[in-house]
Amino acid sequence: MPERVARRTWPVHVVLVVGAVVMVAPLVWEFLTSVKSFGESVRVPPTILPEAWDWSNYTKVFHSIPFGQQLLNTVLMTAGRTVGQLLLCSMAAYAFARLAFPGRDLIFMLFLSVLMVPSQLFLIPQYQIMQELGWLNSLQALIVPGVFSAFGTFLLRQFFLSLPKDLEEAAGLDGANPLRIYWHIMLPLARPGLVALGILTVLWSWNDLMWPLVVNNDPERMTLSAGLATLKGEHFTDYPVLMAGSLLATLPVIVVFIVMQRRVLEGIAFTGTKG
Amino acid sequence: MTALEEVPVAAPQRAVAGRPARRGLRRREWLWGFAFIAPNGLGLLAFYIWPVFQTLYYSFTEWGAFGGHTWIGAENYAKLVSDPEVLKALKNTLLYAGLVLLGVPVSLVLAALINTPGLRGAAVYRVLYFLPVVTMPAAVGMVWRWLYNGDIGLINYVLSLVGIEGHHWVADPRFALYATAVVGIWMTVGYNMVIFAAGLKGIPKDLYEAAELDGAGPIRQFFSITLPMLSPTAFFVTVLTSIGALQVFDVIYLMLGSNSAALRNPAIDENQTIVFLFFERAFVDNDKGYAAAIAFVLLLVILLLTIVQFRAQKKWVHYA
Repeated sequence: MPERVARRTWPVHVVLVVGAVVMVAPLVWEFLTSVKSFGESVRVPPTILPEAWDWSNYTKVFHSIPFGQQLLNTVLMTAGRTVGQLLLCSMAAYAFARLAFPGRDLIFMLFLSVLMVPSQLFLIPQYQIMQELGWLNSLQALIVPGVFSAFGTFLLRQFFLSLPKDLEEAAGLDGANPLRIYWHIMLPLARPGLVALGILTVLWSWNDLMWPLVVNNDPERMTLSAGLATLKGEHFTDYPVLMAGSLLATLPVIVVFIVMQRRVLEGIAFTGTKG
Repeated sequence: MTALEEVPVAAPQRAVAGRPARRGLRRREWLWGFAFIAPNGLGLLAFYIWPVFQTLYYSFTEWGAFGGHTWIGAENYAKLVSDPEVLKALKNTLLYAGLVLLGVPVSLVLAALINTPGLRGAAVYRVLYFLPVVTMPAAVGMVWRWLYNGDIGLINYVLSLVGIEGHHWVADPRFALYATAVVGIWMTVGYNMVIFAAGLKGIPKDLYEAAELDGAGPIRQFFSITLPMLSPTAFFVTVLTSIGALQVFDVIYLMLGSNSAALRNPAIDENQTIVFLFFERAFVDNDKGYAAAIAFVLLLVILLLTIVQFRAQKKWVHYA
């Protein structure tokens, strides 16, 4: 029996391995280039493995651009948006799922309509708001618009709807107000949903490009994605250093993804099937 | 987002007349409800909902060099219907979206393969295929530019080994959009694969068992069971992927764009997309009125295409 299974799955493995090589090759090439000397990186024909592993490119990144500062900006932006979204979206989602108030369904539709509009329609006024507040080139500009989310509200509302009602009814009879019910009963129960939203927010936020590019153009105030995008190998053609920077910028989310992969994939699948 | 399957929401208890306690509770529940949605709601209103109307207003204005704007009626719209750049960008955007949609059947096949019963290492494959989704686009763009480089790129070197002469893929107007679409597919295949895999899990096993008893092989089973049962998921994925592809910016900006006029990539003028054009008009040329009008063209295209897809689904989507 096991023999039959093995015989049947090997062609599948062949296809999947070829596909996996295509998916991973650019990232492997990024890494291999990042440890080559500049001279070796531009050689024709190219070497696959570096002749001498040159790790100095990773320290050079920190001297060539304000990499450390941009890393910090990215971390703060990601953390701010994620914490904000988890709090505000879970509050709104709890109300939409569990409380009765006039106009609830209408307001929810209004929230959903945000999901259907391409982000370019918000961008110019959002920029205007930042300019009027004097927030251009600031951390607030990176964070604030990103803490409000229709998607997050939608995702968490679906989670709250699937939770049993008994517990909160018991608490309600005991005189607990909605704030207590939300904080002490609903939030702990919704942990899988919160984790899924949290990870998705971290991933999309970390990699966000257009907004950071628009609001912060001082290199000291940029995020990593905007910082790397503005280099693009013009004034700066040292590809091994660029690859080292790209890899360092990418590494945190790759680690988060690999550690939390089940939650990430569940979250994606959830949005796909319930969408 | 498609079908909002309305799960009955904690039905508001009908207030029974003459029970003030109950009514008091309900009134308080109103207040709580509004208090809970207020922070997110007001933020969405200020940063997302109201701005749509502002952008609509801006699309009827002209912006001066110092930020002031004057009402010019429909002039921006009159200009853009005959603007060769807008038409070209529109064509490129549709072509790009069409190319990226070619990745959808690929992700379906991959999902089916990964779901093969008894396959070892499925989790590893899932992670590897998903990696491009979570990799920072700015880094991705950098690597692919390097791979596509006409003189020292790895791709041309590999092609030369089999006797094919390569090109300057992202600097040649003839190839740049196709080269970018390859990256677009590479970045979305894993995402769609995960959604398809979730859809596959929802197909009842006994359907396959029955088919097996009737002597249907794996290929027959795929076309007679998997495909029809999965068509709602396929519809969702197609709509989502095309909406995303129509808004393409990152890869175009990163692979074809340039920060200085002097070093402008010759391929960008021929290969720019709607959102790239919007970005340049709004934030490089500071022609925000015109950019606002371009944004509405994008909205219109997305709406039209989504309506077409919803109409067409009646022909191919089977809801169980």
